[in-house]
Amino acid sequence: MMLRLEKVTKKFGSFTAVDDLSLEIPEKQIFGFLGANGAGKTTTFRMVLGLLDQTRGEISWNGGDIGYDQSHLIGYLPEERGLYPKLKVQEQLVYLAKLRGMKKAEAIQQIERWLERFKVPEYKNKKVEELSKGNQQKIQFISAVLHKPKLLILDEPFSGLDPVNVEMLKKAVIDLKEAGTSIVFSSHRMEHVEELCESLCILHHGSPVVHGKLNEIKKSFGKKNVRVIADFDLAFLESIPGVTKYKPLGDGCELQIESEKIAQRIFKELQGKGFVRKFDLEEPTLNDIFIEKVGASYE
Amino acid sequence: MNKFLIMVAQTYKNRVKSKSFLITTIVTVALIFALSNLQSIIETFSDVDEEKKVAVVTDNEGWFQSLEQVVSMNDNLTLEKYDGSLEEAQTAVEEGDFQSVVEVEQGEEGLPEATYYANKIANTGESDPVRQALQQVKVQYVTEQAGVDPAIIQQMNTPVNFELVALEESAKTAEELNQTRGLVYVMLFFLYFSVIMYGQMISTEVATEKSSRVMEILVSSVSPVSQMFAKIFGIALLGLTQFAILILAGYLGIQQSKTLGDGSMLEFFGFNDINPGTIIYAVVFFILGYLLYATLAATLGSLVSRLEDAQQLLAPMIMLIVAGFLIAMFGLGVPDSTFITVSSYFPFFTPLIMFLRVGMLEIPIWEVALSIGILAGSILLLALIGARVYRGGVLMYGKSTSLKDLKTALQLSKKEK
Repeated sequence: MMLRLEKVTKKFGSFTAVDDLSLEIPEKQIFGFLGANGAGKTTTFRMVLGLLDQTRGEISWNGGDIGYDQSHLIGYLPEERGLYPKLKVQEQLVYLAKLRGMKKAEAIQQIERWLERFKVPEYKNKKVEELSKGNQQKIQFISAVLHKPKLLILDEPFSGLDPVNVEMLKKAVIDLKEAGTSIVFSSHRMEHVEELCESLCILHHGSPVVHGKLNEIKKSFGKKNVRVIADFDLAFLESIPGVTKYKPLGDGCELQIESEKIAQRIFKELQGKGFVRKFDLEEPTLNDIFIEKVGASYE
Repeated sequence: MNKFLIMVAQTYKNRVKSKSFLITTIVTVALIFALSNLQSIIETFSDVDEEKKVAVVTDNEGWFQSLEQVVSMNDNLTLEKYDGSLEEAQTAVEEGDFQSVVEVEQGEEGLPEATYYANKIANTGESDPVRQALQQVKVQYVTEQAGVDPAIIQQMNTPVNFELVALEESAKTAEELNQTRGLVYVMLFFLYFSVIMYGQMISTEVATEKSSRVMEILVSSVSPVSQMFAKIFGIALLGLTQFAILILAGYLGIQQSKTLGDGSMLEFFGFNDINPGTIIYAVVFFILGYLLYATLAATLGSLVSRLEDAQQLLAPMIMLIVAGFLIAMFGLGVPDSTFITVSSYFPFFTPLIMFLRVGMLEIPIWEVALSIGILAGSILLLALIGARVYRGGVLMYGKSTSLKDLKTALQLSKKEK
């Protein structure tokens, strides 16, 4: 059950939204799909779902096309939330579930389970327009997963939620993965991606700039972060060759370095200068990688 | 259950429960009952039993008798010879003993002349019967003076016998025509209002799904084409429900007015004696007309992203149906004019105007078949284009209120492989 995109290109007139994108999204994993606004994420999702046809290239799932006959295997949470404002929560979820090939009785059972899980069972007979935005989003999430899809596409699932609800939904996503669902999800929040995804892809202007397993991406990125907290002025560290970024903090500084060797050099330089409270060599964050890869081309 | 049927059912269920549906149905049923019982309603309000008494002040006993004789045919009016003076009679009118007083005198050349006194003279309907009666008395008097035989006068007064006969054997008789005109008139109204009402409903349905953005979830589960037709059939089912209720109400209304024994308003429209062929044509043209306009409405609805814009984009479609309706109204008077014949083949007018023609005239079957063929072809074509526009249109957001978006939508849905 692997989703494969091969040299997929989508053009709208003269504008190229997705450019020669090749991806392999492994099954039973959470795949992170990152990119700045307008990078082509939603267009890619729409092509995967068959809502748009690609200009060139192939998209296959389990070796075949994704058609409407498979819609019961696919769950989709669009970035633009959409539910019938005038319909009651249960009525609406039953309807959407039936369209995904679910039986009514089973749908009602699942709806109760999910509402219970998201701690909102009292909303069952409320109209969607009466709910807060965050709660509407929970309902939307339920509509995407109710029919136990094999492939789940989540476009910005956590935007607009408070931290408690983000945790609740994250837990649900992880549980779904463990139950065997392949999940593709896009987000602007790097820490969510870092926490959830094993593999990822960063899209920039429609083409992938980073693609692979998270730990390998970090390793191959090479650069690392050093955090130093000391009693003396650390500004001199900026001039050490190999330090690519210097960011003063309240009681210390954060450095980005080209390789681990530079860290040893910094460590030596610090000796004898005074008391060092903290010296920390860290893996680069996804945030650093994203800014480096996507931000670089803006310069 | 099939997904298409699920969507049809959902559309239907949603609408049938809505307040607007309930209200329009109840109001129309009330209207039908009112119309079928119009006779009784009018009678309740008019004071039939109260006869109008008119005092007559005259010296000529002969005239009074002639007058009374003429007026005796009118149920609502009685004359009474008043023996007192004119002033006394006027007081009696003021006091309400009489409705009015008429003084008949001998004028020039001995002819009768009258003055009519009433509290109000706004309503000539009250004085007219008296005036007409007096006119007749005068003619009688003059001719008698001239020595003409009363039998000849009788002959002069009877209306001429004037009958319309169509030479073509299959042509409708004048009587039939009058009857079908009423029926066609009502049917045209029905068709016109339902197309506007249900067309708007469909585009509203589509635009609502788009503006609430639930559309993206829907198109990822079910193909836009079956979505579009599910909407069209769901609303059609709703229309059938509404019509079933209305027809039942109409039937009950007719039965009820039949037991009353009066010729009701429905009879006036020729509803009591309907030609089954006309009914079949009405149904066929109704269904085809609905499909044509419904497909157009769904296509247009898929282009807008806000409900408010739907009305704007629907305007050209409404114009079409209004134009068709106006032509049909014109055609009721001259159903055999060339203009009507030509426009009955234009698919957007066919449901109204071809129906008018088959209702009012005897049309060769091939003409009807041809127009139905053209109509069915256009529906198919529109459905094909509509399905493609719909597919692209539902993903299109932004300010879109022009028909240029048709092109954009078609580009979006283009198969590129």
